[in-house]
Amino acid sequence: MATQAEHHGTRRDFIFVATAAVGGVGVVATVWPLINQLNPDASTLALASIEFDLSAIEEGQSVTILWRGLPVFVRHRTQKEIDEAKAVPMADLKDPETDEQRTKPGHEQWLIMIANCTHLGCVPVGESGEYDGWFCPCHGSVYDTAGRIRKGPAPKNLVLPPYDFISDTLVQIG
Amino acid sequence: MGAPMSEHSTYTPGTGIEKWLDERLPIIRFSKEHLMDFPTPKNLNYWWTFGAILAIMLVVQIVTGVILAMHYTPNVALAFDSVEHIKRDVNGGRIIQAVHSVGASMFFAAVYVHIFRGMYFGSYKAPREILWILGVLIFVLMMATAFMGYVLPWGQMSFWAATVITNIFGAIPVLGNPILELLRGGFSVGNPTLNRFFSLHYLLPFVIAAVVVLHIWALHVPGNNNPIGVDVKSSRDTVPFHPYYTMKDLYGVVLFAIPFAWFVFFAPDILGHPDNYVMANSQVTPAHIVPEWYFLPFYAILRAIDFNILFINSQLGGVIFFGGSIVILFFLPWLDTSKVRSGTFRPMFKWFYWLFVINFLALAYLGAAPAEGVYVILAKICTAYYFAHFIIVLPVLSRIEKPRPLPASISESVLGKAHA
Repeated sequence: MATQAEHHGTRRDFIFVATAAVGGVGVVATVWPLINQLNPDASTLALASIEFDLSAIEEGQSVTILWRGLPVFVRHRTQKEIDEAKAVPMADLKDPETDEQRTKPGHEQWLIMIANCTHLGCVPVGESGEYDGWFCPCHGSVYDTAGRIRKGPAPKNLVLPPYDFISDTLVQIG
Repeated sequence: MGAPMSEHSTYTPGTGIEKWLDERLPIIRFSKEHLMDFPTPKNLNYWWTFGAILAIMLVVQIVTGVILAMHYTPNVALAFDSVEHIKRDVNGGRIIQAVHSVGASMFFAAVYVHIFRGMYFGSYKAPREILWILGVLIFVLMMATAFMGYVLPWGQMSFWAATVITNIFGAIPVLGNPILELLRGGFSVGNPTLNRFFSLHYLLPFVIAAVVVLHIWALHVPGNNNPIGVDVKSSRDTVPFHPYYTMKDLYGVVLFAIPFAWFVFFAPDILGHPDNYVMANSQVTPAHIVPEWYFLPFYAILRAIDFNILFINSQLGGVIFFGGSIVILFFLPWLDTSKVRSGTFRPMFKWFYWLFVINFLALAYLGAAPAEGVYVILAKICTAYYFAHFIIVLPVLSRIEKPRPLPASISESVLGKAHA
């Protein structure tokens, strides 16, 4: 009798667990599309790569272009700015990166960065702040002439998008 | 105290139809018990009218909001113009839109008074912890709703508020970026973001209404706290809610409506920012971005953390403190362990309470100030004090303070024999 009752119990337990497991998978499978619809859609993803002609940008000039809906700074740096960036000792940096790591070899006058402050995403103002780079008006983060964070609440240097020089004046971003 | 709801019912169905209804859905009995006969302490002061004011404000916001949704277009190309269209073309739209946007500010003004009243009179203490927690939950839902509503006009401040606030979630380690893209529906704030914010902005007020029902339910189990914080001891300590408090609340609502009307008719934009009359532009951040006034104290805390704490970077640190400043409110009933509810009888608590209020106002001021110089240091000090009040001051006070003697009952205090 006892073994039979146990046997019955085990069968029932199995059915409970199996039902709950299948039901759980069903709930997840139903809920996931309802959440996943929030993710970037096909039309947003389609804008993933752009080409940009640098020839019109004078030395000392900066333009802001759009890539994937994000503003991107393209700055033609002066020799003074490059020297300033190179002279900074690594120990002074919150997020240490050399100027060479911030640019492409042979194109170090070009600084191409996503223009959103790494704190909370505002667009910093160019050629301002105490390090001659960028100053974010929202929460007071200060970046230097290589877009590296020097002061304020932002944790990281301005983010570099993936990009390559197709020629000396044509750059592909994304 | 704690009398079950049916005990004070005086309802006897008069007609056959009422009797028939009472046996099937006793909605008249329920309304009479809870909206009319409910025994309420007879010493409630005007600070207690803000509950009713808040209920009215929720209705005002829902009614005007539903109307605005009939004329608004949640699309990045059209949203800004559709709000102007409401203000200029829709019949009475200028006033309805102003009531809604000023109404958000008035709603928060009232909720701050309501929260600080609860803090002074110890309304969060046993047996009202759940009541308090539901209240904090409503406050959080209000903040989410107000934030998403502020994005809808798609001005510069709307856009950058959306960018900055969604970026808060980007600070979460590892999952930050996927969550950020999930929330925004893109790599930056854009049309998908606006659409979903509109959808949720329409939904959340009804969620708030549901939590308000729970809040009132949790109120009606122990009954109201009162200015002396002494439990109701007999029916002599109470009066029926109607007409005594319906009238008092109504008078409070009328007084509250006066500044509300002044803002709506004479200065509908004074609480906003001129930059929000510039259409959203993802390439330029306004020189000085500030949230709406009701978020300023928490915003000051968010940006006060501009240094790394051990392995936590400054961005995540700010987010943790910002979230913590609200989450800590949920734990207030267990941080202040003093048995005396009302601050009136707590000589030391009283001073620290007002210091906390001043500190909170200082945070609001600092949240609006530029993030430079002395403001940065002051914001750090005020942030530290905000948390110290909850984590150090309240628990210590509960232990060392000697409260003044409490009146024996509400009736005795009303009759003026309290402070013998």
